[in-house]
Parts: sequence; structure tokens; C-alpha cells
Amino acid sequence: MEGEPLLKVEKLRKHFGGVTAVHDVSFELRQGEFLGIIGPNGSGKTTLVNLITGFVKPDSGRVTYLGKNITGKMPYTIAGQGISRTFQMVRLFYNLPAYKNLIIPLSSPRVKKLRGGEYGERDDVAVDLLDDMGFERDSFVPYKMAGSLPHGYLKRLDLARAMALRPNLLILDELFSGMAMSEVASTLPLIEKFNAEGLTVIMIEHRLRELFRVVDRIFVLNFGEKIAEGVPKEVMESDAVKNAYLGSEIEET
Amino acid sequence: MTGIDATYRKKRLDRGIKVRSDSVFAISSYREILYLVLPRVVPVITLLVLPLILKGYWGKVLVFACMYGLLALSWDFLASCGLFSLGQSLFFGFGAYVAGTLSYYLHLTPAITLPIATLGGGLLSAALLSPVVRLRGVYFAMVTLMLPMLLMKMIEATGLVGGSHGLSALVPFHNEWISTYMAVVTFLVCLFGFRRLINEDYGLVLKAIRDDDRAVMSAAINIYWRKIQALFIAGAVGSFAGAFMTHHYQFVGMSAFALDYSILPVAAAALGGPGTFAGAALGSMILVPLSESLRALGGLRIALYCGVLIGSVILLPEGIFHYMERKYHQFETFVKVG
Ligand SMILES: Nc1ncnc2c1ncn2[C@@H]1O[C@H](COP(=O)(O)OP(=O)(O)OP(=O)(O)O)[C@@H](O)[C@H]1O
Ligand SMILES: [Mg+2]
Repeated sequence: MEGEPLLKVEKLRKHFGGVTAVHDVSFELRQGEFLGIIGPNGSGKTTLVNLITGFVKPDSGRVTYLGKNITGKMPYTIAGQGISRTFQMVRLFYNLPAYKNLIIPLSSPRVKKLRGGEYGERDDVAVDLLDDMGFERDSFVPYKMAGSLPHGYLKRLDLARAMALRPNLLILDELFSGMAMSEVASTLPLIEKFNAEGLTVIMIEHRLRELFRVVDRIFVLNFGEKIAEGVPKEVMESDAVKNAYLGSEIEET
Repeated sequence: MTGIDATYRKKRLDRGIKVRSDSVFAISSYREILYLVLPRVVPVITLLVLPLILKGYWGKVLVFACMYGLLALSWDFLASCGLFSLGQSLFFGFGAYVAGTLSYYLHLTPAITLPIATLGGGLLSAALLSPVVRLRGVYFAMVTLMLPMLLMKMIEATGLVGGSHGLSALVPFHNEWISTYMAVVTFLVCLFGFRRLINEDYGLVLKAIRDDDRAVMSAAINIYWRKIQALFIAGAVGSFAGAFMTHHYQFVGMSAFALDYSILPVAAAALGGPGTFAGAALGSMILVPLSESLRALGGLRIALYCGVLIGSVILLPEGIFHYMERKYHQFETFVKVG
């Protein structure tokens, strides 16, 4: 079994009308790896995540996870097998207190199974999780309505929601967009810690400096196609990437 | 000028005590206990005392209101997870026909038919509607609106289970006190049970499905299975009402699938205020007696009845219960301005 990848994506393709959002993208991911995905706006990164997590059905191609074909399965089935994601546009329940948002993943059959057949005190588990994400347990913050929290907190709440499922594979879709520098600085080590503890992570990010510090490997999407792959430094030096990013944020890094 | 012409402004304050957390109650005086308990105790006592006062016709109206109340509660429960039903008569009819056939062909008493019809009706409702739980909003509503009509026509065309004549001379309740109190108590249990359930984690997930089903899916929860469970619960409640009325009338016919059983519960929930169960319950307690008392007016009854509904929706779009709840939690005082 040595060398069997955790996730194997083969020639995934998705059209939206005339737009080819994802064009024959293939890649493999080993258990415990930290993969970065970058690409200009509209290059198909979010669509790729949606294809892997079942929110969008592919036109063709195949996704294999832990040796099982999960192509086109329902999102809850895929999440139940341990692939958890955050959303670029956070999807939360704004009229619930922050910690109550976590009750939903904590009520899932997956969590019940992992906790040995019982749910335990879900409220306590939720507050613990939020505490990990920097919502001070003894403050009012975990109990505030999600709708009243600042954007950075919402992003971290979304991360807590994804982590509540105790995933094997965590996919972060621009987690840091809209976060303050200080929040990024405190959240990034957290994700590194999860990764060090064995969690496999795919991170989509426009903040390249932070991304390059943590990932093992990156690949670059452009117009839905994978144009380069490898360790960050090499990839960024390749001509294809320079052309794709011409005039965009890469210059600043 | 000041002092003489001082104007007064109405000032509203929310009450001081709020029982916020689930488990910690901070109550210091009997007034505060009353404040919390009265809104629950008064309706319970009223409903338990009413059967002693109301005799004959109005006693029957009370039973009727409780059964419509169950249909309205069932409607509100489905709405809480985003399923908008226009076919409460489907649940009612299933319960009515299960109880009716068991009673007609096997001469079973209500003690046996009611539980079977409740569970069986719930199962039938969930099974029949499970293929359409993926439909949203108006599409789901349209399917539920059509199904009872379809079943009605099928019974008429095939002549099965009594056809257009129905099944009569069914086993009656042998004691009117027992049946009346069964109606009232079931209604109350369902009302408080639903209010409880919706605030548990189970209800939280249902409401979350209504608010953002994709977010719930990403939390590894099979939203369609949850909706089917909700359909079973709502179907069982509606079926109980149908089975009860079957024994009450000692008759079941195609009218069990009639549009009235679909529309009046929605109207009751709209009048009382959806989303709280108490609103749906209150709405049926108002609408059913009202529509009965207007029966004497003949054709004009419907017009008046519609007028009341339209008026209430325009004047109090939030529903009576939400309005009462808000007022109950507010002090109003007049303060001097300027
Ligand atoms: N549901 C959809 N319907 C139609 N077109 C879509 C849909 N989702 C994405 N697209 C199109 O597919 C292309 C890729 O979009 P996608 O959101 O995957 O890009 P992205 O790399 O995540 O961009 P960004 O960096 O802005 O998040 C875009 O042209 C977008 O307009
Ligand atoms: Mg994106």
C-alpha cells in the first residue's frame, strides 16, 4: 500500500456554458502533504474544489479518495468520508450564536462514529474548538450572534466548522482573504500544527508569501488548466507562470 | 412655554430578565417566575377547562379546532426545515383511510387503529414524498397540492376503500370525555413537544437546512434523509388528526383529502405567525371557531372569512403570536421630551 495516494484527481473537466472552468486537471496528494493551489482570478480554483467536494458534478474525469471512487457523490457523503472544506464566501448561520454554528457538523454521523458512538456535550466541544481558533473562551465572543462578528472571525468560524468534522483532508479556499495581518499571523501556525499532526491540507491562496512558507508543493491553474507544478521557488521561475501572472500580484512578492 | 406644552413620547423597554442560556436560570422573585410561567400555564389551563364548559356543538368545535391545530403544527414543522406544504390533507387523508379501513374491515377499535394510523400515515407520507424532497419551494408545494387530488380521483375511479361512497358505520369512541380530552391533550403535547424539539440540536439542524442547505451538506449531514424524517413526523401528526376525525364521524370518505384540510392550516399559521408553533396553534383556535360561527351566514361566510384573513395579513404581517410575544416582553412608559 506504500505510495497509494490519499487523493487522486484524473482529468477533471467542467464547462459552464462556453467557459471551460476546469480543463483536464490531474494531480495526486499523499497523506500528510501540504499542497498549495494558485492562479489568477477566474482560473478555476474554486470550481476545482467544488468538483472534489461534490458541490459541482464534473463533465468528465475521476476523483479517487482512499482508493474509492467519489466522483459525483453527494457533498454530505464526501464530507462524511473526511474531506472538509471552507468556503471562499463563508457560508454560516448568521442568526445563530457562533458556537451553535458548530453544532451542525457535530451532529453528523461521522462525528458520532469518531467519538465512539456518542455525541457528548456538543456545546462544550464547540466552545473548545472555537477556543482553539482564537475565540477566547471566557469572553462573550463564542456566544455572540455570528452575524455580529467581524469578517476575520467569520473566516475562522468557517475554519472551526470545517475542523469540527475531524477531517483527513482539509481544503481551504482563500481562507486568508479579508483577514487582518495579525489574524493571518495567528491562524497560519494553527494550520501548520494541524498539518504536523497528520492532516493533509490543500490551500488556495492569493497571499503567496504566507502560502510559500507552509506548503510542500504548489501547482498553478490558468484558464482551468494546470500550467506548472513543483516546489514554489522553481514553479514561480517558470516562463508559463510568469506569463500567466504578468502584471498581477506576483510582482509584489 | 416649557412645562406647559411639554410633549410626551412613548418609550419602549425590553424586560430586564431574559433566560438566555439553556441551563442557567437566574430568577429571584415570584413575579419573575410568573412572568416566565404564565404564558405557558394560561393556555394549558384554558384548554383543559374548556371541555368542561363547552357542551354539545361548541364542544365539537373545540375538538375540531384541536385537529386543525395539529395540521397547522405539522405544517409549521415542515416549514421549519424549508418544506412548504400545500397538501396537509394528504397526511389527514392517509390517517383517515388507514383508520377507516382497519375499523371497517377488521372492526378494530380506536385504541388500536389510532396508533397504527399515526405511524402508518407517517410512513406513507414520508415514502410518497421522499422522491420530491429535492424539490424546493414552490415546486414542492405544487406536488403536495396535487397529490391529495390525485388520490381522491383514484379512489373515485377505482372504487377501492369504499369509492365515492366512503366507509360508514365505523367503530365510534365509546366515551366522549375520553375522546375530547385525547384531542386536547394530543394538541398540547404536540405544541410543546415541537417547541422543545425545534430548540434541541435536532431542530437546529432542521432550521439550518432551511437557511442554507449547502452549508449543512458540507457538514456531512444528509439533508434529504433529515427532510424525510421531518416528513414522517409531520405526516404522523396529520395522520393522527385524520384517524381521530374518522372515528369521531364514524365515517371516512374522499372528503378526507379535501382542499380545506390543506388550506386552513396554512391560513391558521399565517394568521397566528409561522415559525413558533404557538402561532399556528393560536391561529387555528381563532380561525376554526370563527369559521363555525359564521356558518349561519351561509355564502357570505366565506367572504367574511376571507376578509378577516386578508385584513390580518395586511395589518399584522408578523402574525398575532409574534405581536403578542413582543408586547409581552416590553414595558411601555411615557417620558417627557424637552
Ligand atoms: N456556477 C457557475 N456558473 C457559471 N460559471 C461559473 C460558475 N462557477 C464558476 N464559473 C466560471 O468559471 C470560471 C472559474 O471560476 P472559479 O470561481 O473557479 O475561479 P477562481 O479561480 O476560484 O477565481 P477567484 O480567484 O476569483 O476565486 C470563471 O470564469 C467563472 O465565471
Ligand atoms: Mg475562487
